[in-house]
Amino acid sequence: MTAVADVAAPTVAAGRIGDSPARPDGEAKVAGSFAFASDLPFESAVWGATLRSPHPYARIVSVDAAPALAIAGVHAVLTAADVPGKSTYGLITADQPVLADGFARYVGEPIAIVAADHPETCRRALDAIAVEYTVLEPLIDPAGALDPRRPAIHPDGNVLREQRIVHGDPDATGDVVVEGTYALGMQDQAFLGLEAALAIPDADGGGVELHVATQWLHEDRRQIADCLAIPDERVRLVLGGVGGAFGAREDISLQVHSCLLALHLGRPVRMHYSRAESFCGHVHRHPATIWMRHHATADGELVKVEARFVLDGGAYASTSSAVLLNAITHAQGPYRCPNAVVEGYAVRTNHLPCGAMRGFGVVQACFAHESQIDRLAEACGLDPVELRLHNAMVTGDTLITGQVVESVAPVARCLRETAALPLPDVALGAGSALELPGGAGLTADPEHIRRGIGWGVTIKNLMYSEGFDDYSTARCVLRNGPGGPAATVKFATAEVGQGFVTIAAQIARTILGVDDVELGRIDTEIGSAGSTSASRQTWMSGGAVDAACRAVREELFERVGAAHGIDPLRLVIDGGDVVDTIGELRQPVAEAIGDAVFDRTVEYHHRPTEELDERGQGNCHTAFAFAAHRAVVDVDTDLGLVRVVQVATAQDVGRALNPLSVIGQIEGGIAQGLGLAVMEEIVQVDGVIRNASFTDYLLPTTLDMPPVVAALVEEPDPQAPLGAKGVGEPPCISSTPAIVAAIRDALRQADGDSRRADRINRVPVRPSDIAASEHEV
Amino acid sequence: MSETYRLHVNGVDHEVADGWLGESLLYVLRERLGLYGSKGACEQGECGSCSVLVDGELVCACLVLAAGAVGRPIVTIEGIGAGGELTDVQRAFVDTGAVQCGFCTPGLIMATHRLLDRDPDPADIDIREALSGNICRCTGYGRIVEAVQRVAVARRGGAR
Repeated sequence: MTAVADVAAPTVAAGRIGDSPARPDGEAKVAGSFAFASDLPFESAVWGATLRSPHPYARIVSVDAAPALAIAGVHAVLTAADVPGKSTYGLITADQPVLADGFARYVGEPIAIVAADHPETCRRALDAIAVEYTVLEPLIDPAGALDPRRPAIHPDGNVLREQRIVHGDPDATGDVVVEGTYALGMQDQAFLGLEAALAIPDADGGGVELHVATQWLHEDRRQIADCLAIPDERVRLVLGGVGGAFGAREDISLQVHSCLLALHLGRPVRMHYSRAESFCGHVHRHPATIWMRHHATADGELVKVEARFVLDGGAYASTSSAVLLNAITHAQGPYRCPNAVVEGYAVRTNHLPCGAMRGFGVVQACFAHESQIDRLAEACGLDPVELRLHNAMVTGDTLITGQVVESVAPVARCLRETAALPLPDVALGAGSALELPGGAGLTADPEHIRRGIGWGVTIKNLMYSEGFDDYSTARCVLRNGPGGPAATVKFATAEVGQGFVTIAAQIARTILGVDDVELGRIDTEIGSAGSTSASRQTWMSGGAVDAACRAVREELFERVGAAHGIDPLRLVIDGGDVVDTIGELRQPVAEAIGDAVFDRTVEYHHRPTEELDERGQGNCHTAFAFAAHRAVVDVDTDLGLVRVVQVATAQDVGRALNPLSVIGQIEGGIAQGLGLAVMEEIVQVDGVIRNASFTDYLLPTTLDMPPVVAALVEEPDPQAPLGAKGVGEPPCISSTPAIVAAIRDALRQADGDSRRADRINRVPVRPSDIAASEHEV
Repeated sequence: MSETYRLHVNGVDHEVADGWLGESLLYVLRERLGLYGSKGACEQGECGSCSVLVDGELVCACLVLAAGAVGRPIVTIEGIGAGGELTDVQRAFVDTGAVQCGFCTPGLIMATHRLLDRDPDPADIDIREALSGNICRCTGYGRIVEAVQRVAVARRGGAR
């Protein structure tokens, strides 16, 4: 178990930065009274639902809504012809139809939307709509999408992005060369709270208020307004309670549809996806095929990395171009590497669209480079940790993009601190039958189990890249209220479970010296906070809240300074007092505020970045974080069953603003990394999803998830507003290759050679991958 | 087909008027009785988010027809505490960091109460087995298991 008792240092003041106060929404969540976006009844609301394509690729010949409209209780059926504004949307490229027009390009693509007075009536209406399709041959092979002779399945073509990186001497070679081809399946974010929204039309029919579970209110607003052909300011978004996100709520799902129905009918509309629908209703993690070749000196120093990435973007662009950038620019991993030749392609197929998921391209790169690093260590006769330490990146190193790492880069420390964490104290096969690989089926025989240990290390970019003007907005109001001095902080930052609301209040208390901090409603009545993604909100919105509170504090100090004839620069907050650092004055904040009201709104922008040039060179990223993982896995090497016994990690967090929340991100991220390693994959056959349910798409349960032992590496980053780096993504990146490396280690122990281990190059690792490969040559 | 029937939820009789008889207990609790604390996340009994007690047994409300629960006492997350106070389990979930997005939380609270009522001294593996029908996508379960252990210890007077 993670030792959390020792993370709340006694010297930290209650509720301030560094403490781990309870989440402000915690009591409502345990009581069941917290209103998620699915929990918003509204008088006179009708239910919305979506008709989806059953075909991966088809021409839509006709859509006949009349039979559905004839059903009692059905209020509307809308198709592409009913979209009043822009007919397509998208985060980067607007290539995805609001409702399919002419062609359906993936199974689950929305064809029509209905509104009815009961969810069951909606289902009947969807069944009654008559759609005539001409089924076309789907493009399901990403490599085929790169063939210029293959007809385009979209007017924008089949290649979403291609990008090369050439760095140093492209012809450099090393004494030791290892290569491999690695593949990753499609992972689903599988948040628990399904897509849900309540759309309320304005009385004049010219605007709409949307309560929705999303990651980025303002970006949703822009896309909705374009498609509805109404001004941005007539689309007001309010964050409905969000039941997890992990990237899946960054793109539009039901936002435009629910608003369209509400404006069409002039009455409120509730839409909820089912689980089966959710599997095709949001974007997924890109499946990838990655070839890598590493060159090193005989003593294991990296000379060159060569790589080729092909990411399957599915039917529409979403954020594929940015995911590809992340994948290729992280090909070297957290290691110095002077030379590189990397090429990457994100392609369009008739698979489910892919976009953001926690790790965003780096998950794919890390699985490949960490598998390679282990191969290299074996080829050099070095211990995997030793080789990693030998090449570990430090601040000031140059990346293969030519960008210099300015972030604190404690890669070696992460490795050493992970290595120092205790190994599991449960002997192999000693626990209950539930703790054997395969669980209570009693299929695994302790005699056939080997315990493997594996390593994974990651570098992850933080915030947005490639020239995007990334910012967040926060407002702070400070006044004396009936109960004493009180601050109100407002922002549009999507709280998706990560706990930004907790640290926002901690920041305000710390900066302003007040205990009473109220958070405003999260909505579009204030400027954008950007997306809750890219491990960016602690840095960006934390930075905005910090800046707004500091701006208010500056005005407070000016008031105190003027009243006492003191230079305001001499004043600080100490606990709940304003204190003159070189004088006698010590005054409670309440007294300092008096009858004044301070009110400041501030935007925080991160440093500018730039696009890559033709050779893939440029300062495209903002900052970086690092983590190391060590996995211990028991493997029945005959049956191919695995049980992850423990994951140890040391993570570069900069500064832990709320240590308990950081632990929560680490444990939760590792669970998702474990899922990708050995359980989770959306299976599509001929373009048709085969496991769109929690019965068939396997998620880690309490019995699959091992104890995590974690060390927080705290070296405050001078570029981060609070010294704190984002912590959400690294845990789910290098945990996956660590678990797979442990499986390979167990196989080597069983076989006495690496032949079988070397064939474990795809995640999730299935029992058949382990067991069957024994008999292959 | 619709009919009027009565459900006994959290100690109170509720009349369900004009409900379609095909509605699940989860739908009726939420949309007809306004008890939104029970959550729907899979509609097939895999995730445990809709866990409630029917006749004292932990069930997935999405798998039970509401009309089939007539005459059987039902307890939901809204009725697990007394007089609006948080239970020791609810308190422990907040204090240990077992709550992130919170969507799975009501179901886990129900499952934890059921576990500790049955087995006041569960081993780690017993806790994991008892809660394995409740999926959480945020926490990785570490803080949840910690919360359950904390309650078990406290109920025994702090002795391990």
